[in-house]
Amino acid sequence: MNIHEYQAKALLQEYRVAVPPGKVATTPAEAEDAARALGAPVMVVKAQVHAGGRGKAGGIKLAKSTSEVKTLAGEILGMTLRSHQTGPEGKVVRKVYVEAGSEVDRELYLGMLLDRAAEKHAIIASTEGGMDIEEVAASTPEKIQTVHVDPNFGLSGFQVRQIGFGLGLDAGQVKQLDGFLSGLYKLFVEKDASLAEINPLVVTKSGDLIALDAKLNFDDSALYRHPELRKLRDPEEEDPRERAAKEIDLSYVGLDGDIGCMVNGAGLAMATMDMIKVCGGDPANFLDAGGGADQEKIAQAFKLILGDANVKAILVNIFGGIVRCDLIAEGVVAAAKEVGIQVPLVVRLQGTRSAEGQKILSESSLEIIPAETLQDAGEKAVAAARGTGA
Amino acid sequence: MAILCDRNTKLLVQGLGRMGQFHANLSIEYGTQVVAGVHPGKGGQVIEGIPVYETVQQAVAETGANASVIFVPPPGAADAILEAADAGLDLAVCITEGIPALDMLRAKVALADSPMRLVGPNCPGVVTPEQCRIGIFPAQITRPGPVGVVSRSGTLTYEAVDQLSRLGIGQSTCLGIGGDPVVGTNFVDALELFEADPETKAVVMIGEIGGSAEETAAQYIEEKMSKPVAAFIAGQNAPPGKRMGHAGAIIAGGKGKAADKIAALEKAGVAVAISPADIGETLAKHAPGLAG
Repeated sequence: MNIHEYQAKALLQEYRVAVPPGKVATTPAEAEDAARALGAPVMVVKAQVHAGGRGKAGGIKLAKSTSEVKTLAGEILGMTLRSHQTGPEGKVVRKVYVEAGSEVDRELYLGMLLDRAAEKHAIIASTEGGMDIEEVAASTPEKIQTVHVDPNFGLSGFQVRQIGFGLGLDAGQVKQLDGFLSGLYKLFVEKDASLAEINPLVVTKSGDLIALDAKLNFDDSALYRHPELRKLRDPEEEDPRERAAKEIDLSYVGLDGDIGCMVNGAGLAMATMDMIKVCGGDPANFLDAGGGADQEKIAQAFKLILGDANVKAILVNIFGGIVRCDLIAEGVVAAAKEVGIQVPLVVRLQGTRSAEGQKILSESSLEIIPAETLQDAGEKAVAAARGTGA
Repeated sequence: MAILCDRNTKLLVQGLGRMGQFHANLSIEYGTQVVAGVHPGKGGQVIEGIPVYETVQQAVAETGANASVIFVPPPGAADAILEAADAGLDLAVCITEGIPALDMLRAKVALADSPMRLVGPNCPGVVTPEQCRIGIFPAQITRPGPVGVVSRSGTLTYEAVDQLSRLGIGQSTCLGIGGDPVVGTNFVDALELFEADPETKAVVMIGEIGGSAEETAAQYIEEKMSKPVAAFIAGQNAPPGKRMGHAGAIIAGGKGKAADKIAALEKAGVAVAISPADIGETLAKHAPGLAG
């Protein structure tokens, strides 16, 4: 789960990680009030969307007075922000964060994540703050330091010193970094974060360390034990179809093809998309119906797929292990009647009780195109979408 | 022979809820020795003919179980894994989906000095055809033979096994290693086991986008493996930045792409199927004479 910068900074503050003072606003008047309360000589008005690249996209502006903050907030609120991370459709800005400006001496980079290959937490630091860290890693890898942290032992003082002196900080600043990193790591672990990125971490002209930007992502699997984090979810930032799918415990990702897919299991769902491509078609979505697919879920899944106006055919591909094909078949028949599917429906059932499932399909009044193998299913779905099918 | 489990495996089931019971039953029908269940609060009961104990330690002492399958829900699953290791089991297979990454990370680090092998979590389990079924695998699609199958996915593993069986190519052991970012047994571990197993003559490996486990496996295959390997990588058409169901299946920061994985495997001499329908055929061409 993603959260906004202003929410991330509030969490950082809770963990005594230094951030500039700031307030969130949803109207220009609120932004003006926020600016007055901050009373800083220079302020920054920052668009709050779940995407990076806001500065270049015109979503971050400097202001020297409360009235200027109000004017800029008026410009930014409601704009459609387009950056390399938003996709071409962009994101509508609904909130701005008004923050006291900082006098920047140096910009550094700090990241924390789970390193899958090392199976440890990794802290990544670089002197090249404010840049795209992947570009830095590719072009000047020597400017990236990585320190691995044993999750059962925690962060050690020497690791903080390695990072701090490696970043060229002086002894006093390394002490500050100790508080900063300890707080950030504590937050990372206690809140089940999957990514924490401070880019840039700045050294101010007075020599202090402060998080100028902050990005936090959290492990969806751990949200059950963090009711306080679930409250930070901003549904406006999520794709409406993906959100609807999540609510019924389906995994859905919209794509731009015309063959809707309903599959059990993430690997087979990806392979089904690949199969459609190999057969010359384009998948309209990724959809993993999971292990507990029942009639209700299948009906919801059909509705989701048909909610995409581009869909010209649907391919149902179920390989029953944990799920029973006869139950799926009953679900498909009932759901197809309930939803009223107007596009060709190709169904392949294999595995647990597949013969019973196929019988249910063939005895139903629905016009279902049965498929035996994965290849067969892909070819029939592509032909059906082109209107040349069966 | 085969790897990980065979007809001598004595299996216990941790978490005898609806799903644990259902699949314990299927394993018994398949001929697996299911000797015990562990379900705190239900000790002393007999469920589906399986004697239930309060702790794994008790179950092992009473029954001599040497392997466990874990169906415990996510909040207690990592704890169940540690309990299995503490009781001295040789193997634990964790089926549970949705365990917090931090819990798994901590458990994995804690298991570093344990002799127990963990498979999973979020995996379909392990089947040695006609000998032992651990997990949720539709074992009827398997047939005994010379090919080891290892996969990050569940249902796609069934697809691959089904293709092999339809071609008359049997399997030594089939295992799913799971789709989470942190798993007990990785591709290299599984490939080492298959390389060392005299009954395994060739291997099918099913990877997917995300992480770098396939690239690491390719390096191992190139340097250490003598047996022929065929592979498929799912998610060749997945867009970057979107998680494809599995917690581990995401192309992030330009890393974890299918194309890079396929290139690494081909460089290591692996025959890679581009169509998911050709996994069986690709192996049959790469290593003739496996059908029987």
